[in-house]
Amino acid sequence: MNILTLFLIVPVLTVIAILISRTKEQIRVSAAVGMGIQLIQSIYLIFAYLAERSRGNIDVMLFTKTWKWFESMNIQFSIGVDGISVSLIALTGIVIFTGVLTSWHVDYLTKEFFISLIVLSTGVFGFFISLDLFTMFLFFELAVIPMYLLIGIWGSGPKEYAAMKLTLMLMGASALLLVGILGLYVNSVQTGNPEFTFNIVDLSRIDLPIEVQRVFFPMVFVGFGVLGALFPFHTWSPDGHSSAPTAVSMLHAGVLMKMGGYGCLRVAMYLMPDAANEMGWIFIILTTISVVYGAFGAIVQKDLKYINAYSSVSHCGLVLFAILMSDKISSNGAVLQMISHGLMTALFFALIGMIYERTHTRDIRFMGGLMKVLPFLAVCYMIAGFASLGLPGLSGFIAEMNIFVGAFQHSETFYRVATVIVCSSIVITAVYILRVVAALLLGPIKNEEFNFLKDAVWFEKASTVILIIAIAGMGLAPLWLSELISESLNPIIQKLSLLNIY
Amino acid sequence: MESFGYTVLIPVILFFSFIFIGLAGGKMNKYLSGIIGTVSLLTVTVLSYYTAYSYFFVYGKAGGVYQKIIPFQTEWLRFSEKLYIEMGVLLDPISVMMLVVISTVSLMVHIYSIGYMKEDMGYERFFSFLSLFTFSMTGLVIATNIFQTYVFWELVGVSSYLLIGHYYDRPSAVAASKKAFIVTRFADLGFLIGILILSNITGTFDFKILTDPDGSAITQGSSVAFMGLSVMTWALILVFMGCAGKSAMFPLHIWLPDAMEGPTPVSALIHAATMVVAGVYLVARLFPLYALSAPVALHLVGYVGAFTSLFAAAIACTQTDIKRILAFSTISQIGFMMLGLGVSGYGGENGLGFMASMFHLFNHAMFKALLFLCAGSIIHAVHNNDMNFTGGLRKFMPVTHITFLIACLAIAGIPPFSGFFSKDEILVAAFEHDKFLSVVMFAVAGLTAFYMFRLYFTVFWNKDTQYQKTPHESPKVMAYPLMFLAAASALTGFIPFGNYVTADGSAVETPFHWNVAVPAVAVSFAGILLAMKLYKKESDMPAKISSSLGELYKIVYKKFYIDEIYIFVTKNIIFKYISVPVAWFDRKVVDNTMNGIAALTNFVSVKIKSFQSGQLQQYAYVMVSGMIVLILIALYFMKTF
Repeated sequence: MNILTLFLIVPVLTVIAILISRTKEQIRVSAAVGMGIQLIQSIYLIFAYLAERSRGNIDVMLFTKTWKWFESMNIQFSIGVDGISVSLIALTGIVIFTGVLTSWHVDYLTKEFFISLIVLSTGVFGFFISLDLFTMFLFFELAVIPMYLLIGIWGSGPKEYAAMKLTLMLMGASALLLVGILGLYVNSVQTGNPEFTFNIVDLSRIDLPIEVQRVFFPMVFVGFGVLGALFPFHTWSPDGHSSAPTAVSMLHAGVLMKMGGYGCLRVAMYLMPDAANEMGWIFIILTTISVVYGAFGAIVQKDLKYINAYSSVSHCGLVLFAILMSDKISSNGAVLQMISHGLMTALFFALIGMIYERTHTRDIRFMGGLMKVLPFLAVCYMIAGFASLGLPGLSGFIAEMNIFVGAFQHSETFYRVATVIVCSSIVITAVYILRVVAALLLGPIKNEEFNFLKDAVWFEKASTVILIIAIAGMGLAPLWLSELISESLNPIIQKLSLLNIY
Repeated sequence: MESFGYTVLIPVILFFSFIFIGLAGGKMNKYLSGIIGTVSLLTVTVLSYYTAYSYFFVYGKAGGVYQKIIPFQTEWLRFSEKLYIEMGVLLDPISVMMLVVISTVSLMVHIYSIGYMKEDMGYERFFSFLSLFTFSMTGLVIATNIFQTYVFWELVGVSSYLLIGHYYDRPSAVAASKKAFIVTRFADLGFLIGILILSNITGTFDFKILTDPDGSAITQGSSVAFMGLSVMTWALILVFMGCAGKSAMFPLHIWLPDAMEGPTPVSALIHAATMVVAGVYLVARLFPLYALSAPVALHLVGYVGAFTSLFAAAIACTQTDIKRILAFSTISQIGFMMLGLGVSGYGGENGLGFMASMFHLFNHAMFKALLFLCAGSIIHAVHNNDMNFTGGLRKFMPVTHITFLIACLAIAGIPPFSGFFSKDEILVAAFEHDKFLSVVMFAVAGLTAFYMFRLYFTVFWNKDTQYQKTPHESPKVMAYPLMFLAAASALTGFIPFGNYVTADGSAVETPFHWNVAVPAVAVSFAGILLAMKLYKKESDMPAKISSSLGELYKIVYKKFYIDEIYIFVTKNIIFKYISVPVAWFDRKVVDNTMNGIAALTNFVSVKIKSFQSGQLQQYAYVMVSGMIVLILIALYFMKTF
């Protein structure tokens, strides 16, 4: 059996187990076990992948398997992975498992909550293993729909508004995306390809005419870009994140937004390289704005989740920025940044959720001095903050440096200037991170009631520690991960035909 | 040839000490963490001294020239075939010298802190961060490539942040730590862009290739010019911006005085002896590049150093907080070192400035750490930072008194204490290179003697202050480090530095210049005598003088209003005129556009929803009337046919 199908079978079994569970305890345990298995096999997948590569398999995609689905239209159910998807699958495994752990105390409609959460994660896993645009789109939708329920039912604050906004904006994006994908499909009959196809590997072998690319590249890029918080289509993010329950914020910022970056790289850039080179500058301007604008926006926010949402706009803007550079180093940085951002923002949202549960506020004006009463959570928050501002030894630094170094190698002044502007975000990031750390954790305790808060319990500790280990592990020994990704970038960069610059 | 492989243990031991104390510190006896930290530091010190011995006296030389030895190197992150970050150990005269400085001062600070921090709540945290800092600092100086330097550069920045904010429930400490981090981060942005440009021109991060005088980086340089200067010059200026941030050069010095909010041993270690000289160290590390391919950038280094030196010395004369005086004095002395580099050439007799600068760095580390540790003893005894609340302490604290005096004599440049030798050589180098700068530096030398002895006389002589609790001499564990450093301050001047630490690795003659030494000492004595006249006995002279200077005095006392300018820029421009509008724009314009689209859709659907009313009669009515219209149209067209 193909190892990748396990990623779809395990969630189904988990959902069945949850359905037949009697008590909340059973539901939680079966969710945790199921997602634990997902985590283990996603880690195992990395080793299996590396083993296969070291055996000399140089196919673009490994563990591929294709089933005919709608034969008359040549729609396939096609799966396979390369280094990029393998590492993003590992990220998803970590985030969903820690997300389940942080949701341990969800009491309202527990069964439905965990089922929705698991369906959502299945959409993400499916998205990353798909090689067929049709399946990919299917899984994309599968991930977005449960989000509506999760925010609308288990959310807080103006949750109906936020759920509606988020879903509608992402739906609008998928409409664009669908047109883009269909555009690729109907134009796929070219020299050397007799049949219409959605298959990415097949599509990558044909050269679409530039006129076609010009039309569909912006659609696909914006379609995925909305998910990756591309300016000016990012406003679902602050509202969505702040209303979503903890685990959903984690999954959403942690992995769902990565689907945007991954899609941009795998579909928009890979399949339409000529248009990418031609029209990239427009999006470089937009992403440069995203990076700086998100960071400045974060400086004045008062709600912890808003700060993080804006920071995500900035960090995810960096991902898209790096992808657009069509450079191997910076694309490597983009994937690393996806992973790094996924981990640290999951950690952030987990911690914010834990703090909110204790203090019942997320407004930093009423906080202060939590380091004294919640030392464990406070230290974790600081580590997340340091990762976010790019401290060496944690994951953010690796990703950012790859992006900056790669982007700066570009020979055109426009790209270098954009890089310098983007670099300035490291200062602005430091400003808002230290501001929130100081307001939240340091200083005297402002609220008397905070003196009686209790520090983290076991499942909270477990989830934060897992995330921190991943962040620090990636930051301290980045080489293997970076090599894993960069080798898989070759086909993409080759198509972007800029490989021979160095 | 000996392999120096063991040197890699220096950072490794410290890293594990940090992790161990950080994780297990809360669960064991709190004093144990101090002992673990000190013991690991002791091991590191022994290793560093042994390295220094074998490098300088046994194995380091080949053909009369000290070599760059890389005993350990491992790939850490690969960007491309040519650009990669390695973590390694580079031994050359300056890195070995820095290892000695860092381990010595850090060990003394560790021992001292066992006593000083005894009552402190965050004892384990303090020691684990000290280990983290020392780890990062050693990693910085032994870096084999500029990116490794950058990595550890950031790490020292964060350990400085953590240690300044040690008393995290004190808002002033929190603000100071934040300020220190952000100001240096801003400078690091320059450093980072500088690295990017350098990597672009030279295609490498490796120090060995970058600083090889015959290598491609220097001989080819960069042909492209930008705004009248070569791109290489711009890159080095940007790197110097990072150095200026870390080393508190004007106008990026503002964080250092505030950093005194941290515990005093931290000020001694980080903000006097080691981290703040990282900028000097980096310029020295890249010195061949500065000297041979971007002399303009090197001139800038010299002028910024000289200006900062004078500027900070003037402010130091007006301050009353003991630690702040020392902070400004540190800024001023680092200015001296920068100037030394700025007036130096590469190799041979011209390299005097480089050697003098490194010599001064070494001596300064000893006597400035000593000054801070003495200040710590004083503050420990009288529980006040302000020198106006002290006086007559010589009777109560003899050890602190004598050691402080030695340090003051050293920094004032009185022979035979260490500061005299190094400062004299810097002055000689400046005198031979640029007469104007040497005049400035003479003035600074006089001011230095004045403000140090102003502090000394006010604290130890002057009025006999009535203390609430009689001050007492510090315990032995704090006194021994003082004595050790005092001995170092008195004696290190006799080290023939020119034989060991030079720009090109070959020994340089350091002739004694009477025509510089005599006036320098005379100026210093004048400063001391003036301070003695004004401050030895309680008098109203200082107040009279300062009031007669009026506005001028106030401007200097207010530190030339640089802080206010910064607050204006950050609070008003960045916060009020960028961030707030951005947030407003996002919510009101971008978001409302999205909401507007939704509202428009909603509006349209309300208007057209009556078509879907579900009433059969209405549907029939529309259907029939539609059919009639169509038939009429059809008839019309048929007619025309």
